[in-house]
Amino acid sequence: MNNRSTSALLYLSGVTVSFDGFKALNNLSLLVEPGEMRAIIGPNGAGKTTMMDVVTGKTRPDSGEVVFDGRADLTKLDEASIATLGIGRKFQKPTVFENHTVRDNLLLALAGLRKWHRLLLAQPTEAENQRLAEILSIIRMEEQQRMLGARLSHGQKQWLEIGMLLAQDPKLLLVDEPVAGMTDVETETTAQVLREINKTHSVVVVEHDMSFVRALGVKVTVLHEGSMLAEGTLDQVSADQRVVEVYLGR
Amino acid sequence: MITRFLWRGMDRNLRLFVLLVLALGIALPVLNQFVPPGSALHVPSWVLQLVGKYLCYALLAVAVDLIWGYCGILSLGHGAFFALGGYCMGMYLMRQIGSRGVYGNPLLPDFMVFLNYKELPWFWYGFNHFWFAMIMVVVVPSLLALALGWFAFRSRVTGVYLSIITQAMTFALMLAFFRNDMGLGGNNGMTDFKEILGFSVQADGTRAVLYLVSALALALGLVISAAVVGSRFGKALTAVRDAESRMRFLGYRVEGYKLFVFVLSAAMAGVAGAIYVPLVGIINPSEFSPANSIEAVLWVAVGGRGTLIGPVIGAFIVNFGKTWLTGALPEVWLFALGALFIVVTLLLPKGVVGLWGQIRARSQARKARASA
Amino acid sequence: MLFLRQLAFLLSTLASVLIAGTAFAADLPALVGGLTAGSFGDRETAVGALAASGDARAAPVLEALAAGQLYVRKSDNAVLIGKPDGNQLALTEAITGKPAGSGSEAGLDRVRVNNRLRGIIEAAVGSLTLMSPDPRVRRGAAEALFKRRDASSLGALDTALAAEKDPRIKRSMSEARAASVLASDAPTAQKLEAIALVRARADRDSLGVLVATAASATDPEVKAAATAAAGAVRQTLAAWEAAQNVWYGISLGSVLLLAAIGLAITFGTMGVINMAHGEMVMLGAYTTFVVQELIRTSAPHLFDVSLLIALPLAFVVAGGIGILIERGIIRFLYGRPLDTLLATWGLSLVLQQAVRSIFGSSNREVGAPSWMSGAFQLGQINVTYGRLWIVVFSLMVFVALIVVLRKTPLGLYMRAVTQNRPMASAMGIRTPRVDALTFGLGSGIAGLAGVALSQIDNVSPNLGQGYIIDSFMVVVFGGVGNLFGTLIGALTLGVVNKFLEPYAGAVLGKILVLVFIILFIQRRPRGLFALKGRSVE
Repeated sequence: MNNRSTSALLYLSGVTVSFDGFKALNNLSLLVEPGEMRAIIGPNGAGKTTMMDVVTGKTRPDSGEVVFDGRADLTKLDEASIATLGIGRKFQKPTVFENHTVRDNLLLALAGLRKWHRLLLAQPTEAENQRLAEILSIIRMEEQQRMLGARLSHGQKQWLEIGMLLAQDPKLLLVDEPVAGMTDVETETTAQVLREINKTHSVVVVEHDMSFVRALGVKVTVLHEGSMLAEGTLDQVSADQRVVEVYLGR
Repeated sequence: MITRFLWRGMDRNLRLFVLLVLALGIALPVLNQFVPPGSALHVPSWVLQLVGKYLCYALLAVAVDLIWGYCGILSLGHGAFFALGGYCMGMYLMRQIGSRGVYGNPLLPDFMVFLNYKELPWFWYGFNHFWFAMIMVVVVPSLLALALGWFAFRSRVTGVYLSIITQAMTFALMLAFFRNDMGLGGNNGMTDFKEILGFSVQADGTRAVLYLVSALALALGLVISAAVVGSRFGKALTAVRDAESRMRFLGYRVEGYKLFVFVLSAAMAGVAGAIYVPLVGIINPSEFSPANSIEAVLWVAVGGRGTLIGPVIGAFIVNFGKTWLTGALPEVWLFALGALFIVVTLLLPKGVVGLWGQIRARSQARKARASA
Repeated sequence: MLFLRQLAFLLSTLASVLIAGTAFAADLPALVGGLTAGSFGDRETAVGALAASGDARAAPVLEALAAGQLYVRKSDNAVLIGKPDGNQLALTEAITGKPAGSGSEAGLDRVRVNNRLRGIIEAAVGSLTLMSPDPRVRRGAAEALFKRRDASSLGALDTALAAEKDPRIKRSMSEARAASVLASDAPTAQKLEAIALVRARADRDSLGVLVATAASATDPEVKAAATAAAGAVRQTLAAWEAAQNVWYGISLGSVLLLAAIGLAITFGTMGVINMAHGEMVMLGAYTTFVVQELIRTSAPHLFDVSLLIALPLAFVVAGGIGILIERGIIRFLYGRPLDTLLATWGLSLVLQQAVRSIFGSSNREVGAPSWMSGAFQLGQINVTYGRLWIVVFSLMVFVALIVVLRKTPLGLYMRAVTQNRPMASAMGIRTPRVDALTFGLGSGIAGLAGVALSQIDNVSPNLGQGYIIDSFMVVVFGGVGNLFGTLIGALTLGVVNKFLEPYAGAVLGKILVLVFIILFIQRRPRGLFALKGRSVE
């Protein structure tokens, strides 16, 4: 596999994944520029989640290239290495560590120490404490920092998870259906937060909700049956005849 | 640095508990050795031996809990690590018999003479030195855990699959150790030990010291476990238990965490087995039987998984029950043991310690209501 | 072998009565008398003469001589055969076989034999029985002579060959003749011909003949031919041995399949780990025992169908207990597999102890019906009917299960519930009931397995324990949730196990298989035929 150098932050080329003959991804190619926020939409089974799995190392593609930051071949790395390179992932369902306090959740996410033998003797450093305090204030959870994850409300968990992403400080953030099951107000707040995060990080958002994608106001990629169907602004792709067919049926 | 590391992990309850174990460890031998037999305070030697056995079991339980309660890996093979530690100690004790065996061979243990061995197998070399045997007590179980864990964790074998693999491991070892040509005593195992470090294993004084050692080992095991669990490593460890893939996506290589705890836990089990063998005076392949390992898991479940005090309490409760029932109503024991498995998993998932916590919480709530 | 000899003895006694009064009759007493006198050398001659007489009545006399049971009564010099009967000897007249009362050794002289003489007697008996009217005796005699490869029996064989009509026996005899030729100092051409004949026979005994010939032959041509033939026979034997091992492996695999197939349902499709699965097997075996006991006491003529009666009962007993377990314990533990494991382990202890309390801890005798006992040869493969039926039965259970899963409403519901529980529930399927029935089905199949295993294993409270780890290995190896994987997994493990055994011994072989599976699971954690895709996560 030739590791061609590219200016793109994330570069997918000809990626194919099949499960027992069913092609979840079919020759998919995608480019995400540094600092970009990209929305990926598509009907059920279009391959959105599989694409995320391939990028984060959970699923190995049968063929194709996945290059991060112009040099790292993601098809050869495991989840931990990919995460260490600077790719963060937020799941659809908020997953925080339920038996850990809010502060410990953030501490575990904090960029830096990951090796087990370092952690055995690690003492909290001044810089780490400072960073934790910062994040706690950003997500407005200073009060709850000693509370266990299990006792947080759904909204608090969402915030905590965002805080954990900030702590992880990834170069590229993959966000899976962030507004599923949210009220309009919450959706709007989430869009704001993502735009805020996008100021310092590249973001890829997978979403069903068109109004949310519209609120983000970013370039959109439409997936269908594992391949890219259209790309452009939301208005452009909405006008695309094939996209309309896929979404509405013939 | 090390002492700070060790001290930091313990909360107040655990410090008290460790002190209790130590106090028990010193008080009983003293009452056994220095109080005359007629006195009401005298502790007979058999009690010392029995409690010493329980202390070894308790250390095994703490080891099981470390990997199960804190890392979510249910090992059904910890009896194997325990037995391997025991065999290392047994080999040392066999070599100490020297020419006092039935056949009087200065080099070969009796069973080897009996099986027509001409020379000592290579893996018996060094076991005449106490220090070497003690290193092996830790190294042999650790190496097995390292090999098994390295394979299993790397290929992400988890949950019941891992449990079954560990059970198969101890089962395979049992079959192997039952074979005479393993050179480890076959189905008779090793027994008729004479002395340890020059002291007769039968002597009451030696028993008392062995008992003290078992209490010390348990205390040390608790302190080390507490330090590991209380460190930032421990936080990561429980996070791996609760949401493994989340930890991976955060950039943790969880295999390392699991492997370290698995090896540490195996080493602790090995030490427990090594102290157990001179206390009871025999080691044989039935120690590898899968039922033993899973019984150790029950101690943890009864006491309360995910706590360090729980396994110790559980080991004492279950084994006291076993000693009493197998003596008084032998046919009831297996019913009781089986029922205990079912009752604990269905009704007491947090064990006795958890129950205690619930009762306390409830009484506090009642008090709060009464005062309001 | 011993059995054959006894048979030959019995039949030749019978034959001796029939042939009595033929032309040889006159010489016989004299020849028999010659056995009892003189040196060992004289006796050899006498034995030779008896063999040459071709009188089948001489066979029992010679047999008795070889066994040290031929006596001469001191009072009248009568030759008698004496069989131990308590402290006394039960006596019969040597030639006629008529009872001659009993006596103690004091009044008798035992005719002494040495090993050399014993060998000669054996060959003589062989050549005598060659003329027996019973074809089986003749065949047995030919086989015995083949193994003896004694040049002195050439004459008897030639006579017998000339008279023989049955082509199969004729073949046996000419093979025996060939072996005898190889032991004689016949010319090279004859020997080469004989080697070809022995080589064509290609079994363990012919290998023995060829190896002995190769070792003793002085003629280089004969030596080379015998060596080459021995090599060829070795190859044929190895092939047969491999085939025999495959059969043993399939047989073991079918046992594993039976034990594992119920587990493939409960663990494979429901994801419930049931450590008491082996005890369901055990309950099936004890059901068989109870059925047989009842039949023995009240309806002995039904014994041959006892297993057929036990099958549905075992299914109902084990399945019913399975449903109770699911309703009483397992349903509270869904989503907690490790706790399920512990609780069902506890349950297995309770069940074992319960059976121990009721039936005792010793092994219980379960008999085999007549259609399951005995064996037959397939080429050089020995096939017992019992094993054959178990292979057939396990495949039948497998097919039946596939049919249940694919063609019945229960199967449809089961598949629906395992694939998407909330959806199935929303479609109006009563999922708790399906769970209970699925678990009952898996347990019931374990009960069926118990009926079959009662035929080949000790029926004791520990019966199930021996199978639980193996069963899990099979299911995991074959691929969880894939019944065909379980079939292939069971047969593969069975065959691999049997092929390892000769090299590593049974115990080490088992250990190697366990290690192999442990390593295999590392490579393919989801088994041989894994389901791929998002749904497994």
